[in-house]
Amino acid sequence: MNADVLRGVVAAQVAGRDVVLATRLSDGAQELIAAGAPASELGLDGDAVATALRTGDPRTVDTRDGAVFLRPYIRPPRLIVVGAVHIAQALVPIAQIAGFEVTVLDPREGFATADRFPGAALVREWPDRVMDTLRPDDRTGFVALTHDPKIDDPALVAALRSGAFYIGALGSRKTQGARRERLGALGFTASDLDRIHGPVGLPIGARTPEEIAVAVLAQVIGALRL
Amino acid sequence: MDTNSTNTNADPVLAQALEWLGEGRRVALATVTRTWGSAPRRAGSHMAIADTGDFSGSVSGGCIEGAVIQTALEVIDSGVPRTLEFGVTNEMAWEVGLACGGRVHLFVEPITPGPLANPS
Repeated sequence: MNADVLRGVVAAQVAGRDVVLATRLSDGAQELIAAGAPASELGLDGDAVATALRTGDPRTVDTRDGAVFLRPYIRPPRLIVVGAVHIAQALVPIAQIAGFEVTVLDPREGFATADRFPGAALVREWPDRVMDTLRPDDRTGFVALTHDPKIDDPALVAALRSGAFYIGALGSRKTQGARRERLGALGFTASDLDRIHGPVGLPIGARTPEEIAVAVLAQVIGALRL
Repeated sequence: MDTNSTNTNADPVLAQALEWLGEGRRVALATVTRTWGSAPRRAGSHMAIADTGDFSGSVSGGCIEGAVIQTALEVIDSGVPRTLEFGVTNEMAWEVGLACGGRVHLFVEPITPGPLANPS
């Protein structure tokens, strides 16, 4: 591997560009392929490159000149946390350790501060104003933690209209029932609303904010990987 | 939108390899290319190895790292990449293998300084 290839991979990661590094295993010949660019030098099938970019899964493919290992480097999964609350203070750092790019959204003064959430992207806005900008996609998880319908509901509406791979909302079964009624009145069907995990998190008997954060992150990872 | 982001998405193992290169050390990169069974690290996992024997990252749960470092040092000297295989079906498994019963293929390559990287 030429050091310039390694620099190219790291530069793409820093810039948030998806790339695939193709390596011919017989002699180490390499090609760094950007998303959308045609693969050429190693005789690769464009579909194989596109699949690697979409799934993020490395694989070895056969070419007329031998086996080529495709190693995609794609942007990390994102987690949008609405509510810069106590649970979020535990959820955000463990999600970051697990490799998520985390955004914390809370319009309230004093909640989404850098002191409370070092290293997270902080958005001090009402969800209905910024969810369009954040554009949740199928590699984005979403968790609503404020307990306040004025903040959680508009965010959940935007999440339900997106392709987010996970949607969770804090609240007891009673709270979830009331929420289903409110969101149902906005036109969401029962199967739409079934996308919302609530009560949020895997049922592990979590008691403290920190334990709830572990339960939530485990459920998010399960939705991403299973 | 008021944001305050310090996220950095560079793979820490690759970043470490670049840092070592910048310090003038010679470096090899080991990558898991394929796994079978209960291999502990997925395909694509990296381990960077410096000529001083320092390493970063992992390619298993710790079972084969020692052998991979040895190969990496040879690759740094020879300049020629190598493929490696570890698993219960491999002879080496008696000495250096995966206790969990999985099988892995690795690619170990030297990282050569770019022609324009150091115009001295």
